[in-house]
Amino acid sequence: MKITKISRPIVAMLLALPLFCGTVGAYELTIPTLDYRTGPYAPNGIPFANGYGDYMNMLNARDGGINGAKINLVACETAYNTKRGVECYENTKGEGESGALVYQPLSTGITYQLIPKTAVDKIPVFSMGYGRTSAANGKIFPWVFNFPATYWSQATVFVQYIAEKEGGFDKLKGKKIALVYHNSAYGKEPIRTLESAAAKFGFEFMALPVDHPGQEQKSTWLQVRKERPDWVLMWGWGVMNQVAIKEAASIRYPMDHFIGVWWSGSENDVLPAGDAAHGYLSGAFHQPGGDFPAHTDIRKYVYDKDMGLGDRDRIGEVLYNRGLVAAMWTTEAIRKAMEIHGTNEVKAVHVRDGFEALDVDEARLKELGLPNFTIPVKITCENHEGPGKVALQQWDAKAKKWSLVSGFYEPLRDITGPLIAEDSAQYAKENNVVPRICGS
Amino acid sequence: MIYRETGQFKSSYQADQALFPINQDRYVIFAVLIVTFGIVPMLLNEYWLNAIMLPFLIYSLAAIGLNILTGYCGQVSLGTGGFMAVGAYSVYKLMIAFPELGFIPLVLISGLITAAVGTLFGLPSLRIKGFYLAVATLAAQFFLIWLFNKVGWFYNYNASGMISSPPMTLFGVTITGPEGDMKAKYLLVAGLVAVFALAAKNIARGRIGRNWMAIRDMDIAAELIGVRPLIAKLSAFAVSSFYIGMAGALYFAVWLGSVEPTEAFDINQSFLVLFMIIIGGLGSVLGSFFGAAFLVLMPILLKNIMVDGFGTDAALAAHIEIITVGALIVGFLIIEPHGLAQLWRIAKEKLRLWPFPH
Repeated sequence: MKITKISRPIVAMLLALPLFCGTVGAYELTIPTLDYRTGPYAPNGIPFANGYGDYMNMLNARDGGINGAKINLVACETAYNTKRGVECYENTKGEGESGALVYQPLSTGITYQLIPKTAVDKIPVFSMGYGRTSAANGKIFPWVFNFPATYWSQATVFVQYIAEKEGGFDKLKGKKIALVYHNSAYGKEPIRTLESAAAKFGFEFMALPVDHPGQEQKSTWLQVRKERPDWVLMWGWGVMNQVAIKEAASIRYPMDHFIGVWWSGSENDVLPAGDAAHGYLSGAFHQPGGDFPAHTDIRKYVYDKDMGLGDRDRIGEVLYNRGLVAAMWTTEAIRKAMEIHGTNEVKAVHVRDGFEALDVDEARLKELGLPNFTIPVKITCENHEGPGKVALQQWDAKAKKWSLVSGFYEPLRDITGPLIAEDSAQYAKENNVVPRICGS
Repeated sequence: MIYRETGQFKSSYQADQALFPINQDRYVIFAVLIVTFGIVPMLLNEYWLNAIMLPFLIYSLAAIGLNILTGYCGQVSLGTGGFMAVGAYSVYKLMIAFPELGFIPLVLISGLITAAVGTLFGLPSLRIKGFYLAVATLAAQFFLIWLFNKVGWFYNYNASGMISSPPMTLFGVTITGPEGDMKAKYLLVAGLVAVFALAAKNIARGRIGRNWMAIRDMDIAAELIGVRPLIAKLSAFAVSSFYIGMAGALYFAVWLGSVEPTEAFDINQSFLVLFMIIIGGLGSVLGSFFGAAFLVLMPILLKNIMVDGFGTDAALAAHIEIITVGALIVGFLIIEPHGLAQLWRIAKEKLRLWPFPH
């Protein structure tokens, strides 16, 4: 007790020294990245972090940053662990002259931690297609953005896809749909939506939790084998995905009746199961593949100069593109913030305004070298979810390629709307948040 | 030379039985208290208070709790994570239902609730010992986490199964929730830890503590000289769970603010606290602090030195950190199997004899 307590302030001062020795230069845009390149979720964390970082490094190398202001990426390793994520947040939020401009936690658990904290520190959180679904309500969550779609929208899209394959919503009656989910805030997100949908369309819903980290799923799939659900949905992440797909293959569950959330549909998840994974489906909001002009620029400006974060031949994987699209929307929001406030020296509060006025349409995507890459996104004060549209992609085990197999579905807003209103109102009540008035 | 009792004469039994009979020990404790409550909150910024001091203090409290059970009474427990969860969910439900009671009484009540639950799960200890008891407490761990996942009432039927602490104030300062004042949070936790660490030290050297130690050293002999195993073991479970429950309540309400049962209180949490007391020193309150400091501060310190100091790549630093912490644990246990507290004790012995070692 004696030694540690006395020396702690000394250590604190020693550690703070490098902070004061930083060089003073042009205004830099500090963007912390909460990566996870270690632990059971690393197979998914690595490609995302690579895509996110490579795109921003490409902007730095090609255009000198955003409108000439360089991006300074500050990496912090979270191992997908909530406590380490909080430590990373506290450590990086004051970094650099601009301070942290935006957080992309890539973890629902960390997002839940950051939602109240960032509202106090006034830093936007861009939880792209994950995190708290009811944060779509911008009146109560002004600092959180979860476009282009939420888990609840996605769950209703899966129900629509199933209805389409079964031959209409009336055919859903009496069908059995199972959800295999990561037993955490993330995995539990769609349950309420699916329960509402089950009540509305008359299908039977069963929820099968899988505990962290998800390597042990024998009993879950034994239950699937026993109950024989007509469709299986999965909300998995990390090692859990590949294990689930292998287990499904081993009980010979038809892969084209097995749909993963968009976090359960990357190359890492299906490759270990080999040919047995052929036909597996998952949600998606952007194209797979590495042949867009933006990818060419990344190869030219980043990988040719040996600055790439990952392997050159893994550019264009699903999660790499997911990171890339996140970086694209983030940098576009910062660009918008610069435009609104007429300065390059934007701070986190300005970036929030940029997110709220974000409007990336097809024409803009083309300029960015990503034609037809994703859906157009337009954010408003009330709606932080944006379009909410989701497509499905399918794995071709022979070609080892993902490809979109459906158009983009509109979510069933009559199901998600009331749930979002109810859940965000509950948050507002518990935390004494007064909803802001939009459109003034 | 500096540290010795020579020349300090005790003229009453009271003085001789004081908690810290050597003057220098007492001065150091006072100095530590002054630093803890006076200097640290002024000197350290929000990052240090929130990311380092709070977890260190909260884990110290949990480690003291487990040390009472395992170090003093010799009952191995792997249910710490589950008991912390009981404390957290109790304080959550109480904060929602009776906010007018004030935060500190609510933390104490959740400690009492955990004590009741801990006593219940301590009942098997009357029949089984050692590894078998560890398995029984492991069952508590899994059962409790399953319960908090399964029963919606515990998390107020939240869609994602998470609990978040509502804002509460103490003397007009917000101490829970994101808007809580960091210094107030720190002082509150440090105050509770100081009071209960002192209490633990006193309990441990009194009649109850001696009963526990008798049971730990040889339960049959203890029974023969008149120690009642039922009372001794169950009281150890109750006091231990009380501490762990309070730690769980602070962990959730003051430090993290929102938790989900599976991640925040999983089996790793139980192992972490168990490792703390093994590395720090079984049967030592000071050792609990050492262990918590070692396992909470060391990884963050290593990370900060590598990433901020030398600019190491974050992922590489994370891997080096895992290796280094592991190596240090093995190294320390080879040097001193009885933990860091024993090293401290030896150092003090040596100092007392210095400069004449014989």
